[in-house]
Amino acid sequence: MKTTNDDLLYSISAEQKLIDFNFKEIWRYKDLLFLFVKRDIVTLYKQTILGPLWYLIQPLFTSLIFTLIFNNLGQIQTGSIPPFLFNLAGITAWNYFKECLTGTSNTFTKNQAIFGKVYFPRVIMPMSVTISNLLKFSIQLAIFFGFFLFYWWQGSTVALSGLVFLFPLYVLLMALLGLGLGMLISAMTTKYRDLTILVGFGVQLLMYVSAVPYPLSEARLKFPPLVARLVELNPLTQITEGFRKMLLDTGSFTWTNFGYTAMISVIIFLLGLVVFNRTEKQFIDTV
Amino acid sequence: MADIILKCENLSKQYRLGTVGTGTLSHDINRWWYKVRGKKDPYLKIGDTNDQRKASESNYVWALKDINFEVQNGEVLGVIGKNGAGKSTLLKILSRVTSPTTGVIRTKGRIASLLEVGTGFHPEMTGRENIFLNGAILGMTKTEIKSKLEEIIEFSGCQKYIDTPVKRYSSGMRVRLAFAVAAFLEPDILVVDEVLAVGDVEFQKKAIGKMQDISSSDGRTVLFVSHNMAAVKNLCTRGIVLESGESIFEGSSEEAVNFYINRQSSLNTDNLLERTDRKGTGEIRFSKVELLNRQGNAVSELISGDYAKFRLHMVFNEKVNHKDLVFGLVIYDNNENKIADFYSDEMGITFHSIDSYVDLELPKLMLRGGSYYVVVVVQTAIRVVKQIDLLHHVLNFNVFSGDYWNVNRANRATNVALIDAKYLNQNTL
Repeated sequence: MKTTNDDLLYSISAEQKLIDFNFKEIWRYKDLLFLFVKRDIVTLYKQTILGPLWYLIQPLFTSLIFTLIFNNLGQIQTGSIPPFLFNLAGITAWNYFKECLTGTSNTFTKNQAIFGKVYFPRVIMPMSVTISNLLKFSIQLAIFFGFFLFYWWQGSTVALSGLVFLFPLYVLLMALLGLGLGMLISAMTTKYRDLTILVGFGVQLLMYVSAVPYPLSEARLKFPPLVARLVELNPLTQITEGFRKMLLDTGSFTWTNFGYTAMISVIIFLLGLVVFNRTEKQFIDTV
Repeated sequence: MADIILKCENLSKQYRLGTVGTGTLSHDINRWWYKVRGKKDPYLKIGDTNDQRKASESNYVWALKDINFEVQNGEVLGVIGKNGAGKSTLLKILSRVTSPTTGVIRTKGRIASLLEVGTGFHPEMTGRENIFLNGAILGMTKTEIKSKLEEIIEFSGCQKYIDTPVKRYSSGMRVRLAFAVAAFLEPDILVVDEVLAVGDVEFQKKAIGKMQDISSSDGRTVLFVSHNMAAVKNLCTRGIVLESGESIFEGSSEEAVNFYINRQSSLNTDNLLERTDRKGTGEIRFSKVELLNRQGNAVSELISGDYAKFRLHMVFNEKVNHKDLVFGLVIYDNNENKIADFYSDEMGITFHSIDSYVDLELPKLMLRGGSYYVVVVVQTAIRVVKQIDLLHHVLNFNVFSGDYWNVNRANRATNVALIDAKYLNQNTL
């Protein structure tokens, strides 16, 4: 009656390897991923009538306020690009990252009820959030292009850059970064709830050091050198800058910076995945 | 060679008591420091066994300790035990909701758990959409669900409302739909926790039938946790008994149920004052409960239809100033089914002063053959019911089948009440 370990499908134990993913298993649950995405999208519209409209109002008003404060009051130069459009591009990109981060950072606490009852690869949950946020992102992107055409028709010198083919990659990098950071935070909030409070205003502050309401060139000119350096090293700065480069052909872009951003994003994503995986086994006892 | 599908080796699970949050960081740092030096977790040593009646000395407790068992393919294993014995923890580990502290479970098949029906239902989505979502959460693929969709809808009995949002469903419909999804899962091992306690009687029957189908005709392995001894006896082929986180018996389901019952009845019934598992304020405490026959002798066996008298002895801790005392005596059978209860208030009697005992007289003990036990309670009846003393398993007694209707035939021993009645047949009148 001896059973060898070879013919056993899997084992449940406390032992953990550092990197312990079961990609086959995640693949087996791919239908669940899409059903979660579908649930998010379908129920989004079912809950409110104004629902999708809020996605328009929020970036438009933020861009308006940014334009008033930073460009009119603060004299930030955006070159030949209309400041409103400049801000709108930054905010559209930033919003996607922000939604991914905040949407995934409470994965464990928000889903305790379901996680406490049934097993599926937990990583499906934050992944589905990241994917369903793409809908919001595309709505906001459509608004951006609406204004883009409007300004173009008005005779402003706006044009897409030749680098626009990198667009899907940039979206992927944002998703990886938002998901990675979100998973890291969600893993830690299971024990230390303080982090939920931090996320709220931390994201707000992060936006200001990610060159969203100003171009990097202005930061180089006006910030103290150390701060300017930090802003430049922030991978999110590179992403917002890259976005504006692609869509408005303004700002800086180098392949080195792109590679640097990609590397950081992948590293943070993998780190988040590892920490998340380690947490998912135990969290129900500590949450 | 027997085909072992699941093997549980030295499984233990430790929980932290009290408020998690104070000192976790320092414990974490301490743990990490031990780990860095290559030593074992320092907090694993000080755990107690999970005896909930005694205050624990340390902050950690073993909800499960060194559980070992094997499950063979096609077997239905029942897990029984009192509340807090560790049943649910075991199922949680089996269904991978949480991981064990030490030990390992090895399995050859896919495990699907039914710890609670309707997990992940979204109220805004229709029944049909929720079938897909719930099925996927339980581990089915879209094509699997699609192929069984009609059967699931049929089984749930919700055909009419299948395209209505679930928030408009009655709670019963929701449960039926959820169970239907789970019932059509096809895992190698199905883990079930008391889900049969939902829905109306008709649906429960359907559910039990489906469970039997799953195990008998499909040859699937099932792990079943329940308080319902009759269901365990009926459904399971083997049983294990848990107590305070430890496995104390393993055997056939019949043996396991009997062991569990005997364990319950092995509680001290001679001197009830020594028992600590009582509830109530304690001004009055039962000291002994006796069953007397017509001659006034204490007995533990009677025959159906015999005269019986329960004598409830008690002690008074302080000067009891209660007026309107209500005594209650409840008879349970060995499968934990309530058979009869006798509350003095509804029988028109409230007590104002008591000597040292109270008698309950049954001119005829209308119980069929079987084993029974008694629960006693005394409470105040003045507006708010306040329990003074409540104690389970104060007395075990056996009833032998008699010949109640005097037709030279023993009544069937079916563990239920015997009720006086007569068939009327026109032809013989």
